[in-house]
Amino acid sequence: MPEILPEPAIRVSGLTKHFGAHAAVHDVSFSLPAGETLVLLGPSGCGKTTLLKMLNRLVEPDAGTVEINGRDVRQQRPEELRRGIGYVIQQVGLLPHYSVADNVAVVPRLLGHAPAAIAARTHELLTRLHLPPERYAARFPHELSGGQQQRVGLARALAADPPIVLLDEPFGALDPVTRARIRREFRELEELRDKTIVLVTHDVAEAFELADRILLLDAGRVQQLGTPRELLFRPATDFVRRFFAAERLQLQMRTLTLKDIRPFLLEPTAFDAWPPETSVHAALEALTDTQAADPLQQLPQPTAPVMRPLMEAFEQALQTEHAWTR
Amino acid sequence: MDTLTELLEFWRLQAGKLGEQTLQHIGLTAAALLLAVLLGVPLGLWLTRRPRWAPAVLGFAGVLQTVPSIALLGFLIPLLGIGATPAIVALLLYSLLPIIRNTVAGIQGVNPAVVEAARGLGLTNGQILRRVELPLALPVLFAGIRTATVIGVGVATLAAYVAAGGLGEFIFGGIALNNPVMILAGALPAAALAVAFDAALAGLQRLSARRLVRVGVGLLVLLPLLGVLYLLPRAGGKLQAGFSPEFVGRADGLPSLQRAYGLRRLPSVVLAPALVYEAARHADVDVIDGYSTDGRIRAYDLQVLRDDRRVFPPYFAAPVVRPTVLRAHPGLLPVLNQLAGQLSDSVMTELNYRVDYLHEPPRAVAEAFLRRRGLWRAPRTLVPGAAVVRLGSKIFAEQYILVEMYAALIRGATDLDVQTKTGLGGTTICFEALRSGAIDMYPEYTGTGLQVLLQPSVATLDSLGGQPAAVFDYVQREFRRRYGLEWLPPLGFNNTYALLMRQRQARELGIGSLSELGRYLGR
Repeated sequence: MPEILPEPAIRVSGLTKHFGAHAAVHDVSFSLPAGETLVLLGPSGCGKTTLLKMLNRLVEPDAGTVEINGRDVRQQRPEELRRGIGYVIQQVGLLPHYSVADNVAVVPRLLGHAPAAIAARTHELLTRLHLPPERYAARFPHELSGGQQQRVGLARALAADPPIVLLDEPFGALDPVTRARIRREFRELEELRDKTIVLVTHDVAEAFELADRILLLDAGRVQQLGTPRELLFRPATDFVRRFFAAERLQLQMRTLTLKDIRPFLLEPTAFDAWPPETSVHAALEALTDTQAADPLQQLPQPTAPVMRPLMEAFEQALQTEHAWTR
Repeated sequence: MDTLTELLEFWRLQAGKLGEQTLQHIGLTAAALLLAVLLGVPLGLWLTRRPRWAPAVLGFAGVLQTVPSIALLGFLIPLLGIGATPAIVALLLYSLLPIIRNTVAGIQGVNPAVVEAARGLGLTNGQILRRVELPLALPVLFAGIRTATVIGVGVATLAAYVAAGGLGEFIFGGIALNNPVMILAGALPAAALAVAFDAALAGLQRLSARRLVRVGVGLLVLLPLLGVLYLLPRAGGKLQAGFSPEFVGRADGLPSLQRAYGLRRLPSVVLAPALVYEAARHADVDVIDGYSTDGRIRAYDLQVLRDDRRVFPPYFAAPVVRPTVLRAHPGLLPVLNQLAGQLSDSVMTELNYRVDYLHEPPRAVAEAFLRRRGLWRAPRTLVPGAAVVRLGSKIFAEQYILVEMYAALIRGATDLDVQTKTGLGGTTICFEALRSGAIDMYPEYTGTGLQVLLQPSVATLDSLGGQPAAVFDYVQREFRRRYGLEWLPPLGFNNTYALLMRQRQARELGIGSLSELGRYLGR
């Protein structure tokens, strides 16, 4: 696919890394435009974490190049490079002897920012991440829950406002409820809106929820690079097809939106009060939720009955996708 | 509570010495600890970066730890001489293992995720070490220093053996003299020091990691200051003496010598008995105490200073035996008495020289002597279940030789089996073994029996007047009466205390006797 943007935020070409005889990453290339979210997806041991760590030189490649904003990363001292790139890992890795505020302030201090500016920034970030500074700034990491620690980890990565953020399974260690909540917060976080993000996960649903594009890896090799919809409906290899097989229906419902099925609805205007990018899955959830907690239920409801027409339209939309694929 | 009273009295009398030894002890420990930290922590840090080397280095430090401290000092003497250097080096080697190991364990115990996150944020290796790894490893590292300190306070008592001072001087003097009060006088302050150091460090350990860094820096300043305590000036003099702890403490040793010859201006250090000859030979000290028949006198060109005022009591060697053994085996007594009067001073010195210096086995030396005297007979074949005679000896060559002679005589002339228990730690141990029946006989010296075991009143001592025959009669009579043990006739030589100097120096200074030594020092 020809690159339209003149200068991608990250350009990787021919990246290869061996550990002994084992090729962890083999000849991987991609370009990531600024502001996009790329998810590195694949089974455990597929090389996605190694690939991520080569972006900020925590791992040095055997072959290939990484360019950040058009500049080869090897032209910079690794520490300076890393100070300009946010980094979040699954185990969070907060400094246990630093308070929450001191943890958030690590990179701005390394960069020599003014103390007053650092304090203001820390205050702002903690507030945005639902950690009221007056309660949490002076606490130590062991006094926080897992979800709170991960929020501090995120705040720390964002403290110096880096244009690029790398995240290695950031929600992997959290329980399902917390994970869903933090993921939603993450998606809606103002701070991340215009960042270039590379996120590693092995959770397919997470990848579909967060990705602009997905890079699916197996045994260190790129299986497919594309939008979630492309991977789902136009799998490049058998591996890609099999990889999504177990959750196919779920993913299809999350991927197709009201806009996609609108042409197939008997009454095309039935859902017009709802945002057109609402997924079929979200629409079904709102329609079946008796607790009325869903924000969609605050909007004008479609005229009943809609469940059956919705499902029929979904089926036809799917057939269209598959017909197009063939 | 007699012991307590005596202890307080001892401390009162020796207050100056107690203070000096305590300061030396603290200084020694602190100096060694400082070096161990300066060496061990960087080494430990290096090992965390080069884990391949860790097993080898930790293994080596572990082996060092298992070397008995006396043996370690023994190895260091030829390299470093005597005094502070070998003591500090030995302490340092003992302190290294806990410090290196805990440094490694502390750094390795830091959560790898924290280090990875720190690196990912852009901290340099140095910043990771200073801001992340060291502060987080500090509690474990500190525990290692604490262990090393307590070990150090304990091992520092051994410094007394190499003339490095410290509270060991009292302890080893007390052990040599079988004087519990003197042992306690050194051991209690040493234990108190260990407890105090440990408590102080434990207090520090409870501080937060960040404060600990400051304390660590403070310690690096404090330790050298404490180490300086050790270097407090000591009295100087024309000649330097090195004495074994026993000699310094016992009534017929240095105290009586000082009274009789006025050797007041002879500064002395305390040394392990095994080391005094080496120290004299290498001119670390000039005057030492020794035994008049020691083989090393000849080997090292030393000279016995004549005891012209007969201060040292006679120390004629003779076997002390359990009478029950003699009664049970009537043939034994004539066999044992074959050696009576056979060994003169010069003969015994020669035999000791062969063992101590030429490193011939005591058994070979003993048998060669018996052959020369026509006393040798090949050992008889033992019948199964033969009765056993158990021979004990103290832990020096002369005793080993004598025991081998008796063993050969008994094997050749009787049907009895012989078992030797050589190397019993000292007079008291041999004596108690004999009383309890753990051994049946051992060679003892009349002077030792008199001074160490019987400990008669000053009046009785005066009445004996240092006459060999009178002393022997008294010892024989009293051992029968008090302990039911029998002294057999003496072997002939008098292995008494002696002061020794290097022949050459003695000649140059014109010192041949103790009176002349006193006059030389007094000038």
